[in-house]
Amino acid sequence: MDFLHHWLFDAGIVLLLFVGIGLFRSPRTARSGNWAAAAALALAILIVLLRHEVSFLVAVAAALALGGGLGLLAAVKVTMLQIPAMVAFQHGMGGVAAFLISSVELWRGSQHGLSALGEVSGLAGLAIGAATFSGSIIASGKLIGWMKPQPRLLPRHGVLTVVTIALVVAIAVITSLLTGVGLLICLAATVLISVGLGVVVSIRIGGADMPVLISFLNATAGFAAAFCGVILGSHLLVACGATVAASGSILTHVMCKAMNRNIFRVFLGFAAGTKANWMLKEPPRDQPQEAQADDGETPPTTPPEAPADPFELALEYCQHAERIIVVPGYGMAVAQAQGQVVTLANHMMDQGKQVSYAIHPVAGRMPGHMNVLLAEADVDYDLLREMDDVNPEFREIDLVLVVGACDVVNPAAISVEGTPISGMPILKAHEAKHVIVCNLDERPGYSGVPNPLYHSPNTVLLLGDAKETLTRLTDSLKAA
Amino acid sequence: MEQLLVMLGVFVGSLALGYLLISKVPQLLHTPLMSMTNAISAVTLLGGLLIFAGAGSASEYVLGAIALVTASFNVLGGFAITDRMLRFFRKR
Repeated sequence: MDFLHHWLFDAGIVLLLFVGIGLFRSPRTARSGNWAAAAALALAILIVLLRHEVSFLVAVAAALALGGGLGLLAAVKVTMLQIPAMVAFQHGMGGVAAFLISSVELWRGSQHGLSALGEVSGLAGLAIGAATFSGSIIASGKLIGWMKPQPRLLPRHGVLTVVTIALVVAIAVITSLLTGVGLLICLAATVLISVGLGVVVSIRIGGADMPVLISFLNATAGFAAAFCGVILGSHLLVACGATVAASGSILTHVMCKAMNRNIFRVFLGFAAGTKANWMLKEPPRDQPQEAQADDGETPPTTPPEAPADPFELALEYCQHAERIIVVPGYGMAVAQAQGQVVTLANHMMDQGKQVSYAIHPVAGRMPGHMNVLLAEADVDYDLLREMDDVNPEFREIDLVLVVGACDVVNPAAISVEGTPISGMPILKAHEAKHVIVCNLDERPGYSGVPNPLYHSPNTVLLLGDAKETLTRLTDSLKAA
Repeated sequence: MEQLLVMLGVFVGSLALGYLLISKVPQLLHTPLMSMTNAISAVTLLGGLLIFAGAGSASEYVLGAIALVTASFNVLGGFAITDRMLRFFRKR
């Protein structure tokens, strides 16, 4: 009877959790979904406290208050630009909890017998938790700017990664055979090498690849929790961990697909070294229109009396456009120009123009980051549109305003073979009648592939600080 | 053997159900989704509590306490940040 009760309670909690995730289907209900999931976790904690005699209650309460207090403080202080760093850091904290709990349970199990299943899962939880910890701390450090954001490649990095993984497995196998002091030493060694593995995997990733890494760490944190649950014999922990692992895996897949990357290539990079090939094949910079001609669309329609000043031209485009799409990139967030973008867009909407925002899946530093940044700047979520939804419409768009984005609108992804971005789905800004690019400079994006869109006759380049440019543009529009 | 099958069943079942539900979440909400699932993954907090439910040495309890601090940081911080983000998503 007691057993049945346990099962029913556990199933109820997991159900509440799934209801919470189900409510994330729509931004209207997502907030209640978050609270449902929080309630599920609170119930789970309550049930554990009721079922088990927890000793040292004061110390336990103090630990919970300390961690919870710091968590809340961080939640209030963090800016939306720092969210990826914060989430990465939290993945790391989850990893710490998983490997500490696994190690204590493995130690206790060695004293009074542990099933083979418990042993294996405990070691998996230990290794994955420790690697998630170090990988997340590196990711967080890169995102917040305490470490150089560029990828760091060690000699034979792919081989090194595989060897480290093999080493972790080997030492874990040895650990499972030992007891007493030998076990303690080997547990510590497993943790240390796994920490090394996390470092090796994450230092090679940087810039626009960060969303892949951060999603992957989300998945590994989930797997670590699930394995931890097996050694503890807690179905609830296994169910929650597996759900998180599913979520992280889906996001990793979405990110890889949106960049046309293979996960093995991102983390192991055996296929690196193709750079030299596309450098040769790349069309000469002075005739980039050739790349454009493939699309067979949009004959150059530069007005004959076009003013020489790009700013005047941009102003004219803004005045005459009826349908406008804004393409924001991470550069916009770095320049903190969201407010100026939204002011300009709102002004054009007030004039009766149709404005929406096209969000590439990898815009920003974690999945969906750009949406949060724009929602914070008070953009109606109905105006934030996904790539597949908006791409067929670019042909009928009068003006595309690119702010701080490069690779995600680079038509070379379609027209040039063999570049790092070839085959990557892009926002088809080049199909629109006119394009205004508000970037800091003409330099290529993270991929290093020059963007022929910049030199298209339909494009106006407004280089410099996007904040200033957009303010000037809005003011001139209002004055006109 | 029975334990293995039950655990495997729970694991695979949750993975599959989670997969079905999460693939329906729009890209618009992927950041809050990750932030929330991250808070959920800190259900390892239960494991921290269970360490204090069994007899053990002082060092075991110290490790357990550290796990409780990091896990509760995740749980409370995670849900709070997610709520903060979701408040931005509204119609004007």
